[in-house]
Amino acid sequence: MLAGTAADARIRPAGELLDAATPRSQALRRAADRGFLVLCLGFTALAVLILGVLLFSIWQDGHLRVSMDFLGNYASRKPADAGIRAALWGTVWACGICAVTALPVGVGTAVWLEEFAKPSRFTSFIKLNISNLAGVPSIVYGILGLTAFVRAFGMVDADRPIEIGDPDTFLYLRLPFGNGVLAGGLTLMLVVLPIVIVASQEALRAVPRSLRAGSLALGATPWQTTWSITLPAAVPMIMTGAILAVSRAIGEAAPILVLGVPIFIRSVPNNLMSDFTVMPMQIYDWANRPAGPFHELAAAGIIVLLAVLLTFNAVAVVIRQRLHRPLQ
Amino acid sequence: MPDAHSVTRAARAASVALGRGTPRSARVREVRERAIRASLVACATLSVVTTFAILGILLVETGQFLSMPEVSVTEFLTGTTWAPLLGGKGQFGVWPLVCGTLLVTAIAAAFALPVGLITAIYLSEYAAPRVRATVKPVLEVLAGIPTVVYGFFALSVITPFLHDHVSERFSTFNALGAGLAVGIMILPIVASLSEDALRAVPRGLRDAAAALGSTRFDTSVKVVVPAALSGIMASWLLAITRAIGETMIVALAAGGMARMTIDPAAEVQTMTAWMVQMFGGDAQATGVEYRSSYAVAAVLFAITLGLTMVGNLILRAFREEYD
Repeated sequence: MLAGTAADARIRPAGELLDAATPRSQALRRAADRGFLVLCLGFTALAVLILGVLLFSIWQDGHLRVSMDFLGNYASRKPADAGIRAALWGTVWACGICAVTALPVGVGTAVWLEEFAKPSRFTSFIKLNISNLAGVPSIVYGILGLTAFVRAFGMVDADRPIEIGDPDTFLYLRLPFGNGVLAGGLTLMLVVLPIVIVASQEALRAVPRSLRAGSLALGATPWQTTWSITLPAAVPMIMTGAILAVSRAIGEAAPILVLGVPIFIRSVPNNLMSDFTVMPMQIYDWANRPAGPFHELAAAGIIVLLAVLLTFNAVAVVIRQRLHRPLQ
Repeated sequence: MPDAHSVTRAARAASVALGRGTPRSARVREVRERAIRASLVACATLSVVTTFAILGILLVETGQFLSMPEVSVTEFLTGTTWAPLLGGKGQFGVWPLVCGTLLVTAIAAAFALPVGLITAIYLSEYAAPRVRATVKPVLEVLAGIPTVVYGFFALSVITPFLHDHVSERFSTFNALGAGLAVGIMILPIVASLSEDALRAVPRGLRDAAAALGSTRFDTSVKVVVPAALSGIMASWLLAITRAIGETMIVALAAGGMARMTIDPAAEVQTMTAWMVQMFGGDAQATGVEYRSSYAVAAVLFAITLGLTMVGNLILRAFREEYD
């Protein structure tokens, strides 16, 4: 008892520095700790709850509308006949174009920044610029796509376009592109490019220096080293980043909307200049109508959209787990 | 350690390189290396070209808009009435659109910044690994949901809830419903980026605080959060930037009435919603209303670019380095 008090007396000065040693303040601090934990649990549960309510309400609204007819029919003024076929294929085309253009350009930029560029003003300017581009709202990219791709900066008269090939076949090009699927895909490429670049940079940075040193020491050139050693080692992480980027592109509506794509599309693209719409645009159009059957269609469209995204992300997880071999 | 497989590959690459070691092949190789390097530089330059193209387009089009006879620069920058659709007598003061954007953003931030930060503190300082393994994927799913889905959620769930349980004043379009949906959208950004910043704080700091008698709350609030402050601030700024530029949610749920108000039940129009109305509607591409959307886009671009740059500065200037 007495010894305890003496010990208390000795530790008190150190404790007071922490304003913490008296039993009362200790109890208060314990209470604060517990109260905070309750707050934490509440907020975290809120996040989980929101996701649950969101998914449940959309399933409730839309699951009766999802059918083979819904996937196979074009948009219609009559809700009973309406489907998402044009938007589904439009998304496949636009995001396909986005992926095949954004991947080489993004990885190329990352390879140059990480493997070749020497520190200079130009290099640090490009790095700063990429992080700034990541903060640009996607609707602003839509304006760039409208001017650069749809209208070709007004350099070619849109009423008398330069045409190559036959509009009924795949081999058809037109300048300016107009609001065809190529313009849409390239606009989405601009939106996701910063994501691909940053993910690829991180992937390349994660490859151990020793691999490059070994290759260079054996006499390979810098590019041979990059192509046969560094890039293969970085592929799983690059692919994960690329799939996240394409997921983003699949969900983007704003930049496509700015391009002025027509709302009623009753065809599937057959070449790069074809009219198109994408799933988020179709959902927006349905959701923008008064509540009722069109809102059910919007919910059904969202179910299809989320199913596509989920499949895509599942592929990303599989790739990450299959290909990822720790290198160190 | 490099594994055997990579070494074999390195050796193969090298032997290819050495095997063609004649002067002519060396020259070919050098030309190829240069060509590849040039195309890589071209890729990197595209991002710079993108920035300058955006800047150029916005400047030129905004200049053309502001030089139209119906418009004046002072009115655009200081006017408090946005009513461009009144035929020849439109009024073009940008402030109502800016205020609409700020109101929605403020609601979103008031919800997402504290909730996101506290979720991050919980995940990084308190949660058991098993809880973390459940909550992280939930946040990732929330982050991956397209914004048009949140817009529909605001219309079909949040606003009806506000109307039935909070006040009859919440009609189809209102700032609070849209703001909360934007808040849900940016919540995972705040939570996961703040968590990264918190987890980057070295364990030693926590151990030291615990050894001095701190509770976990003391450690979190007095030691870990201050140490991670630059990362937390950067995540907040990024989230706010995303909220300001968010388009589909506000186009669906906030309405189309440009006005200066702080009433969360009011129908408001944001800068992005105006652009949607113009670019997505049937407005004539030569009309003054259509042109005005470029000027609004320029204001939006200036605000978001400014915030992004401030975020980068904070990250660089206040980064706490621990080794």
